[in-house]
Amino acid sequence: MSGIVPAPIARQPWQMLFPLFALIAFGALVLTSAAAGDFDTYAQSHLIRFAVFFTMAIVISRLSKPLVSFFTYPAYLVILLLLIAVEIVGQVGGGSQRWLEVGPIRIQPSELMKPAVAVALAHYYGSLPVGMVPNWRALMPAAGIILAPMAFVLLQPDLGTSLAIAFGGGVVMFLAGLPLRWFIFAGLGGVAAIPLAFFFALQPYQQDRVTTFLDPESDPLGEGYQITQSKIAIGSGGIFGKGFNEGSQSHLNYLPEPHTDFVFATMAEEWGFLGGLFVLGGFALILHWGLSVARAAPDRYTKLMAAGMTATIFFYVSINLLMVMGFAPVVGIPLPFISHGGSSMMTNMICIGVLMMINRWNRNAPRTGLIT
Amino acid sequence: MGIFGKNRIGAKPRELVSQTTLDNAFNRRTFVIGGAMGGIGMILATRMAYIAIAENERWVLESESNRVNLSLIPPRRGWILDRNGAPLASNRADFRVDVIPDRMNEPEQTLSVLADILDLPETTVADITKRIDDARGFQPVEVAVGLNYDQFAAISVRLPDLPGVVPQRGFSRFYPTGPSVGHLLGYVGPASAEEYEERPDPILITPGYKIGKDALEQQFEDDLQGDPGARRVEVTASGRIVRDLETREDVQGAPVRLTIDGPLQDYAARRIGLESGSCVVLDCETGDVLCMSSMPSFDPNSFSQGIGRVEYAMLRDDERVPLRNKVLKGLYPPGSTVKPMHCMAFLDAGVKPEEAIMCNGGRRIGNRFFNCWSNHGRVDMAKAIYQSCDSYFYHFAQQVGFEKVADWAHKMGLGEEFELPVTSQFYGTVPSPEWKLRRRESEWQPYDTVNSSIGQGYYLVNPLQLAVMSARLATGNKVVPRLRLTEDKPKFEHFAFSDAEIGYVRQAMSDVVNGPGTAGRARLPFDDIKMAGKTGTAQVVSLSISNGKTGPWKYRDHGLFVFFAPFDKPKYAGAVIIEHGGGSGSAYPIARDVMTYLFDPAKGMDALRALEEQWGGTAQQRLDSKYRAYAAEAGAAAPPVPTRDKDILEQVEAEARLAARSDAKLAESVNQRRETDEATSQVSRAPPSAQTPDRQATTGGDPAAADVAPDNSQ
Repeated sequence: MSGIVPAPIARQPWQMLFPLFALIAFGALVLTSAAAGDFDTYAQSHLIRFAVFFTMAIVISRLSKPLVSFFTYPAYLVILLLLIAVEIVGQVGGGSQRWLEVGPIRIQPSELMKPAVAVALAHYYGSLPVGMVPNWRALMPAAGIILAPMAFVLLQPDLGTSLAIAFGGGVVMFLAGLPLRWFIFAGLGGVAAIPLAFFFALQPYQQDRVTTFLDPESDPLGEGYQITQSKIAIGSGGIFGKGFNEGSQSHLNYLPEPHTDFVFATMAEEWGFLGGLFVLGGFALILHWGLSVARAAPDRYTKLMAAGMTATIFFYVSINLLMVMGFAPVVGIPLPFISHGGSSMMTNMICIGVLMMINRWNRNAPRTGLIT
Repeated sequence: MGIFGKNRIGAKPRELVSQTTLDNAFNRRTFVIGGAMGGIGMILATRMAYIAIAENERWVLESESNRVNLSLIPPRRGWILDRNGAPLASNRADFRVDVIPDRMNEPEQTLSVLADILDLPETTVADITKRIDDARGFQPVEVAVGLNYDQFAAISVRLPDLPGVVPQRGFSRFYPTGPSVGHLLGYVGPASAEEYEERPDPILITPGYKIGKDALEQQFEDDLQGDPGARRVEVTASGRIVRDLETREDVQGAPVRLTIDGPLQDYAARRIGLESGSCVVLDCETGDVLCMSSMPSFDPNSFSQGIGRVEYAMLRDDERVPLRNKVLKGLYPPGSTVKPMHCMAFLDAGVKPEEAIMCNGGRRIGNRFFNCWSNHGRVDMAKAIYQSCDSYFYHFAQQVGFEKVADWAHKMGLGEEFELPVTSQFYGTVPSPEWKLRRRESEWQPYDTVNSSIGQGYYLVNPLQLAVMSARLATGNKVVPRLRLTEDKPKFEHFAFSDAEIGYVRQAMSDVVNGPGTAGRARLPFDDIKMAGKTGTAQVVSLSISNGKTGPWKYRDHGLFVFFAPFDKPKYAGAVIIEHGGGSGSAYPIARDVMTYLFDPAKGMDALRALEEQWGGTAQQRLDSKYRAYAAEAGAAAPPVPTRDKDILEQVEAEARLAARSDAKLAESVNQRRETDEATSQVSRAPPSAQTPDRQATTGGDPAAADVAPDNSQ
């Protein structure tokens, strides 16, 4: 990286930024089409939000390690309090609510909680004495860090977000080196708990989603309708797609939520299999970069933190794509960087920002030793 | 792999856990995570390739079927035309609303909204509710036709809240002369569930599509049907039409041209007036059926829009059976109308016209004395016809033998079924020894000959048969009636009668009207055109119950009249039968006016107008007012009958010909001749003496005695 490109620019993690910008731009294109060819409806705010949150990510990336380390737990606690506040306001206001309104800004604490849990767990295991890692007692605080926000998010009720929190936390714990048998037991326990959870924990509408997912034809006009329409959109796109702004499924309102949850179907109808490969490739590059940042990190705290961020983004991507292709029940999880929506953009850009920050730390403090 | 490495760590004592092992574990596990991510990525890519490439065809098809909505356009039904090309049944463009029960969420609520907008009366709503309940879910149910634009717009605007409601612009069947053609043409209606099962064509369950339900509408279904059009439109998920992709116009059904003379049909129907009866007129040269009126009737316009319960109850309860086509399904004892035909049989058997008998108020046949209705003195064939002397027929029928007479009756068309495009016709009975043995399993008796010789006893005919008999009698040709107009002029077989013989009977029948006969009042108001005819009176109950002229309507005699004109060069022939008219005096004035109208519409119309003033309007107006009265009595709200006058195609109306001819008429000098009725009291009466115990010829005939064709319409 020398020559005409100035060093501060050349320093940036372009192997991630190029695919990110490409996905954002492609997302703007798809959102234009989702609004029947109108740029202003979704695409404009999509780009503006990206600009705002990208700036935020740059700011995050400038933070210093001691500062982040210092504020990890307080930030986690503040967000947890906000979650509780949401619950209280929701109770007072009557009905379920997922956000807090402070002037013109609408904060959705459950979104902030996803990276916060990963960072907090990374901090916990980063500072945990090595010998304590496989210890039962050491598991308790970690479980608390995950379960407390999950409980409040489930109360909202928001199954998707609570699963995202669990997934992010779980990946961090897995990478933290906890005994594998714990995960196997947890996995078996989870499988055993599925029937119980299905019948006692899930809301009727969530049960419907699961049954519909298992048998989409059972409800061709309700939940199954969405999956079927999504498959029609993807399938009818073929290899090269129907062309920009030519998708009938999205333009004639057959596709539900063509700009948020099912944006991939909107894209696939018009851009075909090649468009799908492009999106998958973009995410693969970003996630690969995320993991390589984690591997390159000098200490356990930053390693786990980077891996947690990557896992959070991955969770969004994988669940959304599995859903639109009929492999997962319909849970309201948007596709990062392409779907229209501020909360998910914010969460994912926080993750990107944190990864950029760790990348910067890595560069400034190359791993010289194994012990921090 | 990392998993095993980690396993080892987990399985081994904790002391071995160190920063290094954890770092190794992290690296291995990141690799696992990365691998899992890549694996899921591959699964997603494969899945997408499978959907988008392998299954592409299927999803493209589904996407198209989503996007494109194919709706059928009901074809315009072919017109039914009269012989001059004027429509007897046509189509009117209108706005209509149907509902498809399957697609309705809350039928009652939707219906009440519609009733509100359309201002539907309660009985109609009840009718529709019942039809919705009865219909299979996919069958459209008609709610209303003939909406005005405001109503149509009001419903269209509220469509999103009214699932299953289909407002559209379409065509509905229109019969300009209404009840006059009810029995002749039948009516149309939506296909029933059975019809759809038999032929599961989607057009049958397209709202607004109707098929012929009776009579000619049903018979000519294949011709009239036409080919449906189709419209391919791009629709949104909520059903809103984005744009038309392609439209294939419907092909209107072929017109069917009848031999019917529209104005004459209308005139005859109106002229029957308050009576219950029928009038048939044939063209003697071609066999064309010019008019086949049967009254009272129903209005096929309102039937085609779905028969309301009030209207149906009114028609069903009417003792004059407005739902039966009396021309084809009314069976009556022909009475004296068969006498001229019997004379032909006598002539054929060698009886000379001059051969005479003495009528002493009756005649002894075998060892019994059978009364004549009067004492006619010396009677030859001519007098036997114009004075309708029964004794003459007792005698010669006995002499010739009734088998021969029955033979001729069949040759003349009685007891015969004609090849006509009608749903069913009752062909009645011509009694004969062979028939009696077969159907009644008893021997023919002399009194059977006596009864049959004057058209009583087991004799049962329908009005069309009488008209055909009249035409064959008048021409000596075996005239075959036809209903569908063709260019070719049919050739008829000629009976082996000399012109003199035919002329003799013609003259005698002319004398019935123009001479010293029984129907002097039937004389036509023309100098140069004379009508020939024969009266008839058919008793329906024993004289011990009623004298046949007065008393309860049901017990009065039927009045019959067969006729042809001009008598010396027959062009038209026909028959009029008035049920329970109290004698032939109820029938021949109608024949006279109908024939007057045929030759001079102005004169005919004048006579009708005066009468209709007394009766309270035209047949349509009377039917409408009767409906209102009935509806009021039935406790239901009586809605104003929709006026159709703005759309009436005037050509088929009786008045129309007047207008067309008025110019020509002015040129001619009007010859107004008042006729004096000289024979008002001379009514042919059937003899009471030969009353057979089993004769109970009521309106429809005794079904046990009559060979009726299977009737599938009622």
